[in-house]
Amino acid sequence: MTDHAVDHRTAVAPTVEKDDHSEGMAYLESVPRRIVTLYIPLFIIVVILLFPFYWMALTSIKPDEQLIDMERFNPFWVIKPTFKHIQKLLFETNYPQWLWNTMYVAAASTFLSIVASVLAAYAIVRLRFRGAETVGALIFMAYLVPPSILFIPLASVIQAYGLFDSPLSLILVYPTLLIPFSTWLLMGYFKTIPFELEECALIDGASRWQILVKIVIPLAVPGLISAFIFSFTLCWNEFIYALTFLQSTQNKTVPVAIVNEFVDGDIYKWGSLMAGALVGSLPLVILYAFFVEHYVSAMTGAVKE
Amino acid sequence: MTTIQTSMPGVGKVIPKSSAWDRLRVNRNWLALWFMLPAAAFLLLFLAYPLFLGVWMSFTDDRIGRGGVFVGLENYEWLRDDSIFWLSVFNTLLYTLVASAIKFAVGLYLALLLNRHMPFKALIRAAVLIPFIVPTVLSAIAFWWIYDSQFSIISWSLIKMGLIDHNINFLGDSNWARASVIFANIWRGVPFVAITLLAGLQTVSPSLYEAATLDGATSWQRFRFITYPLLTPIIAVVMTFSVLFTFTDFQLIWALTRGGPVNATHLMATLSYQRGILSGRLGEGAAIATAMIPFLLAAIAISWFGMQRRKWQQGTDND
Repeated sequence: MTDHAVDHRTAVAPTVEKDDHSEGMAYLESVPRRIVTLYIPLFIIVVILLFPFYWMALTSIKPDEQLIDMERFNPFWVIKPTFKHIQKLLFETNYPQWLWNTMYVAAASTFLSIVASVLAAYAIVRLRFRGAETVGALIFMAYLVPPSILFIPLASVIQAYGLFDSPLSLILVYPTLLIPFSTWLLMGYFKTIPFELEECALIDGASRWQILVKIVIPLAVPGLISAFIFSFTLCWNEFIYALTFLQSTQNKTVPVAIVNEFVDGDIYKWGSLMAGALVGSLPLVILYAFFVEHYVSAMTGAVKE
Repeated sequence: MTTIQTSMPGVGKVIPKSSAWDRLRVNRNWLALWFMLPAAAFLLLFLAYPLFLGVWMSFTDDRIGRGGVFVGLENYEWLRDDSIFWLSVFNTLLYTLVASAIKFAVGLYLALLLNRHMPFKALIRAAVLIPFIVPTVLSAIAFWWIYDSQFSIISWSLIKMGLIDHNINFLGDSNWARASVIFANIWRGVPFVAITLLAGLQTVSPSLYEAATLDGATSWQRFRFITYPLLTPIIAVVMTFSVLFTFTDFQLIWALTRGGPVNATHLMATLSYQRGILSGRLGEGAAIATAMIPFLLAAIAISWFGMQRRKWQQGTDND
């Protein structure tokens, strides 16, 4: 979209740049106009969106005396960075344990959800059983039920099953957040796989299970990666269930532990708190950096379907 | 027998296709049952059942450690006269309306910016989405530090610029606290809105804009009569999700203020947690959670309307 391109030509003379590789009508825009209407607003928004991470990273390597003395040291920069906070986090607290808990819960529930979602999505899209459309709609509805209205009854269900304060409770509950989304996403992918492939296999005597494992799943790998990345991120991010179901310090996940275990009123807590937030975010950001396209297609696919 | 006859060559192009399905029709429903079983088990046990249990619990005086008995509408009558509950409803509506409106405006603006041609487009788009990737609680902790009453970098910068002469008590003053949590929520929500709307924008054919430009349309007219109508269905869906997640938000508030100061930022979800889990009055907590359901149903109805409209625009079989 090229805002204000043509109608203001009299105000700002358009410089048609031959070397500009942009397409469409972008060539109708002058450089100063692009700077004002595009680069400056974009720069401001991106800076605001990324500043908290800069601040997080900066604080986690700042020595304590620079943290609280904002007169002698410029707070936007650091002199003689220290790894004291990160070292303290990794060797003097349960942080590695929390990180492991988070990863373990996220990986296990993501795996369970993807298996269940592949089966469900295949059944809805390709088996076309009686009531398939209704089931599809119900699964979409399940996507819209937020954890905030479920955590109280779920706490008593978990208690009744004897799973309280166990990571297993989260592994079993998280799929309710992930299955609706992944099923919906995979349904979209499965629909794009041609019927003819399955028909050929059926004629050759393949069973439904063989078709799913040997034809449909290999063709839907991009969709599976998208569902995996998104589900894993969602698990890592989940807070209210983990806060409600887990009690003992060594069982906690990173988000819950950060909120409950680090807040001790110490004026110097900020360094280790920010280090904790940074280390807890990094695995996801690295994963995301490798699979940006899959992540975006998961996010937009679930909305567009 | 009939299937063998119809699948013989020369009978017709369409029939063999249906015959392959015909042979399996007998057991397809059973097969589907097995395929659906794992997903259905999870969703029934840990989603549908708790949903009904929650509504039931709101009619009991359940407490942690002992079962409750049916008390009818007592919890709701209690809440009706509870000013803190009504404050939380007000806070939730304010939080949702203000945050969603700004998220929509900024998100759409950002999507329009990102849809233009520029160098390093993919990199910028990837960077924009980072606030959405990082766990909310962890970024909320960063905001907690940014909003610190003594060492806030915002206060420091404003004092250095000479705009204010003392630190702003971001999370200690009612109105500042509301504004602060709303800002943090917007900060986290804008990337989601922008990237999904951008995906919608990319499906709009550039030739429409070229044609409109040749016809003398201004940039506002191009937005109003091309972009906006084509984007309406996806806007409806995205904003429903955004409203839904903002309305039921818990973690951002819990990490930043825990409902304080003086309940000024208590949302219905945080109040429900405080009453239900921390104070142990499960029944009352469940009643607060159940009170959120009518609002959620309204949001879902709007989403459904948006989807129908999309189907109508694109034809029913384009799904």
